[in-house]
Amino acid sequence: MEATSTRANPLVDPGLTIWNQDVAIYLFLGGIVAGVMILSGAMRLWYKQEEPSLALRLLPWGNLALISIGMFCLFLDLENRFNSWRFYLVFKAYSPMSWGAWVLLLVYPVSAHMAWAETPAHWRETVLRKVPLLRPWGEWSVRARRNFAALSIVSGSVLGIYTGILLGAMPSRPFWNSSLLGPLFLVSGVSTGAAFMLLFRLNQGERRFLGFLDFLLILAELGIIALWIIGMAAGGEASLQALKLIFGGPYTAAFWSLVIALGLVTPAIAEFIEYKHRAIPGRGAALLVLGGGFALRWIMVYAGQHSGWASEASAGLF
Amino acid sequence: MLEQQFGMTVDTRTCVGCAACVIACKTENRLAEGYVRNWITTQTRGRFPELVMTIRSERCNHCRSAACVRACPTGASHYAAGGTVQVTGSKCTGCKACMAACPYDARYVDEQSGTVDKCTFCNHRTSRGMATTACQEVCPTRSIVFGDLNDPDSEISHLLAQRDWYTLKPDAGTRPSHYFLK
Ligand code: SF4
Ligand code: SF4
Repeated sequence: MEATSTRANPLVDPGLTIWNQDVAIYLFLGGIVAGVMILSGAMRLWYKQEEPSLALRLLPWGNLALISIGMFCLFLDLENRFNSWRFYLVFKAYSPMSWGAWVLLLVYPVSAHMAWAETPAHWRETVLRKVPLLRPWGEWSVRARRNFAALSIVSGSVLGIYTGILLGAMPSRPFWNSSLLGPLFLVSGVSTGAAFMLLFRLNQGERRFLGFLDFLLILAELGIIALWIIGMAAGGEASLQALKLIFGGPYTAAFWSLVIALGLVTPAIAEFIEYKHRAIPGRGAALLVLGGGFALRWIMVYAGQHSGWASEASAGLF
Repeated sequence: MLEQQFGMTVDTRTCVGCAACVIACKTENRLAEGYVRNWITTQTRGRFPELVMTIRSERCNHCRSAACVRACPTGASHYAAGGTVQVTGSKCTGCKACMAACPYDARYVDEQSGTVDKCTFCNHRTSRGMATTACQEVCPTRSIVFGDLNDPDSEISHLLAQRDWYTLKPDAGTRPSHYFLK
């Protein structure tokens, strides 16, 4: 006979890991996708300096691939995958997870339209000649290109904010429970999106534009992180305890070295120097930004689950 | 008459932490090996040799403002009859948003079904008109009392009116229906 009486649920105790690396990867890829959607939409609408490079025009296809990998990770994280269609039977306004499921449904068609409309005309024509059935949709998509670019900015922003709110809307975890997590993940997402784009063969003007934009985004991100820390420091006992996770606690070294020093400050300096000397931004800073963006989500997902409300203190026992 | 609002008290003066309630729940609900829906928490405070120990039998608090219900994207976690919080397995995707949202870590994933599970306040009993839970029935010190908080004549209402009590993590804002008598 088994007589376990201490709390011993293998999926909760003793380590309390509810969400693991799958969710960190999903949030990371979701952020990049949001960033690329916003940036490619914005560049289609407002960046008029030169003919867009082939790489820029093909990037939305890469986006579709990334979001598919991200969704696959989320799918892997589900414990009861056969029920995943249940997400789409209801919309629960209070549940960020529900928002996320529906937002992904919007992101797919918008990204697909963007990808198609940005594909060079002669390639599109080849496809349409082979599959004439697609012609009405294919031509309409291109005519509506600017509308889709605008929609891409909007849905990318919602996706980016949602990746933060998924964690931020959990009052149970003081490390997460901040409305700043939405903007933080959005800005970080756009920054990693820009870094992802810089990995490809963009032309010089595009590289300069994205490099300098990324510098500004990193500054904004550092500012939001500072506010988030101040918010926790100004909070109650539970928030202070949560803050200790990155001030002396187990995530201190990783947070300050991987996220702040290597992932934000170093690339920001590099990008600023490149801008000052009118150099063409390379891939080094971009890789650091991507590494830092991943580390941020990894640490957030794990550290947040270690934060909570102390029952003794709040029950007035001590 | 007000609708029923089930609640539970655990008398921390008499609870000795024998864990009979844990085993009773495990047996009643045929839980898989290694899983429990309620558990014993012991807390020691003070400075040696003047130490005070509190023992509590804990479980899902069936919160009236339940974070898990708000976080659930499918409606699998929901408020049910008697103001309890239940999980409909057939709607659960195992996304674990409810587990992340629960400040008490009262939930777990049942590995066999892949769905989330937790204390039900024995709704399979109460729905048939039974007035006790499995844990309450076996408690040798009668520390556990289950009943309708909205019925002023219930034993639980009397206890809460007469004794000092606290709920766990009140700052988390979940309004538990599970009370601990001081
Ligand atoms: S204790 Fe946790 S699982 Fe139970 S109702 Fe409250 S929030 Fe939900
Ligand atoms: S794991 Fe199940 S019960 Fe929990 S939030 Fe997800 S769908 Fe709802």
